[in-house]
Amino acid sequence: MLRVENLHVHYGGIHALKGISLEVPEGKIITLIGANGAGKSTTLRTICGLVEKSDGKIFYRERDISSLDTRERTMEGLVMVPEGRRIFPNLTVYENLQLGSFMRTDEAGINKDLQWVYELFPILEERREQKAGTLSGGEQQMLAVGRALMSRPKLLLMDEPSLGLAPLLVKEIFEIIEEIKNQGTTILLIEQNAYAALNIADYAYVLETGKISMKGPGRDLLNNDEVRKAYLGG
Amino acid sequence: MTRKKEQLLSFVALIVLAILTYLAQNYLDNYKLRILNLGAIYATLGVSLNLIFGFTGQFSLGHAGFMAIGAYTTALLIMPPMYKEMTFIIEPLIWPLNVLQLPFIVALLLGGLFAAILAILIGLPVLRLKGDYLGIATLGFAEIVRVIANNIPQVTNGALGLKGIPQYTNLWWTMGFAVLTVFIVKRLISSSYGRALMAIRENEIAAEAIGVNLTYHKVMSFTISAFFAGIGGGLLASLLTTIDPRAFMFIMTFNVLIVVVIGGLGSITGTVIAAFLFNFCLEYLRPIEEGFSLGPLSIPEVPGLRMVTFSLLLLVVILFKQNGLMGEIEFTWKGFFRFLSRFKANRPMKGEGM
Ligand SMILES: Nc1ncnc2c1ncn2[C@@H]1O[C@H](COP(=O)(O)OP(=O)(O)OP(=O)(O)O)[C@@H](O)[C@H]1O
Ligand SMILES: [Mg+2]
Repeated sequence: MLRVENLHVHYGGIHALKGISLEVPEGKIITLIGANGAGKSTTLRTICGLVEKSDGKIFYRERDISSLDTRERTMEGLVMVPEGRRIFPNLTVYENLQLGSFMRTDEAGINKDLQWVYELFPILEERREQKAGTLSGGEQQMLAVGRALMSRPKLLLMDEPSLGLAPLLVKEIFEIIEEIKNQGTTILLIEQNAYAALNIADYAYVLETGKISMKGPGRDLLNNDEVRKAYLGG
Repeated sequence: MTRKKEQLLSFVALIVLAILTYLAQNYLDNYKLRILNLGAIYATLGVSLNLIFGFTGQFSLGHAGFMAIGAYTTALLIMPPMYKEMTFIIEPLIWPLNVLQLPFIVALLLGGLFAAILAILIGLPVLRLKGDYLGIATLGFAEIVRVIANNIPQVTNGALGLKGIPQYTNLWWTMGFAVLTVFIVKRLISSSYGRALMAIRENEIAAEAIGVNLTYHKVMSFTISAFFAGIGGGLLASLLTTIDPRAFMFIMTFNVLIVVVIGGLGSITGTVIAAFLFNFCLEYLRPIEEGFSLGPLSIPEVPGLRMVTFSLLLLVVILFKQNGLMGEIEFTWKGFFRFLSRFKANRPMKGEGM
């Protein structure tokens, strides 16, 4: 579904991505793990067009999408849940979710998806009239995911959805990610929580200072000594 | 409350407003009428500025520029050719403006249209800027308009300005356009288009990520805002009957900005209330400029003291009531009745508790 080839990104003088290649097959969860500053967010932002690449190719559904801007990529079903809960704080939960379906016109489908999001995150239905900025951190994170789902993504790019969540919620959000996959959405997931991510991932890549240092099925990496030492705490 | 019922209530309110307008127009003296007219014009100006600044979050300080375009366009199109000949004594007015005379409504709409076209042209490059930079750029634009108006006497009569503009503006026109502006802006912001504008205000990156076309939406909002600023300028020109470039200095934008901030960024209701309040206060504070004594303290005549007062008021609002009079709250019929029923509930019933 998505193929990235030899991607390079520069921020001024900083060479943030040094030629990474990865592949996301349809219907799978692929995860990208790595230390702080390894370039994970940069990879996602470049894929959805928020950051300019300096070299390399990005193919989405067998098509080079270099010429599309973020909005056009969103229209094609390539949707990102940005890092750090970029919700609309002064709008209500309901308005936030409505905005997720901004590009769509199929009323019936939108309502169906809204019900689905409320099923996944019952707290959002409870708080629908509340200003999003007054939600707790974890609830805001759920709202960010819910809003992305409202645009009915084909490929969902998630940047650290478990960031700042309590352990119980982390478990829940990973269950929801699997549920989203089972409903037919392909997922590229970035995580600090390597253990949980590798557990649900069909395939995983390890990013180290702008380069892919290791890759393999999630379970294999989970049992890999080097990965255990570096990302799972021994 | 059903939608139908709310529409009916709004319709009734509109009729009541029309009756009040009729009474005011026919029975109030000119002085009071002028204050009401200014209030209504400021409501149009304030609501339009609120669209781009309050709802879209784009710090635009160019309102006076768009008003100038609307004012000059309207004035030049409604002045009788004979008047123009008498007014343009330094350099004659160029053809075809010197022979053209159009109905008021056409002139107003053309004024708005020119302002809107200009907004598209300058909005496309300028709206890429954010925050303070956008403010400075739009402020610069308004100044450029003013300087140009000063320097093309064959069109604007230069610094002498235009005099003897027919006074077509009355309460029907000013109230009519205030209602129209409120109606259109209200419709706009409650549509999905309006939600996109607010998404831009809240977070541009997230807005882009859900598929909002930033440039298109910002420029549209800016253009609609400019259109009504142009209309407001035209109404003002025909109310005052005389305009010159100095009328469109930054203070003009600042006045509208005061109205918007005091009323509440993102509240149409607040803006309308503040627009009238501002003009009432401006009039009733007039005596303080003529010098007065406060106990042993005697304050001499200070022109401009009213504006100082307003600036202080603005500071107080910004410091203590950041969201203005109304915050983001809007008038709704539901809220109105809830408000009324609160009074009823609090009033002790006859014979109760005895
Ligand atoms: N806008 C920017 N300008 C300059 N440098 C940047 C910018 N964004 C990221 N960087 C740098 O690029 C590198 C990779 O950053 P990135 O945000 O992709 O890391 P990350 O893997 O997502 O880290 P984390 O796990 O902490 O979120 C870092 O060294 C960072 O400082
Ligand atoms: Mg990151």
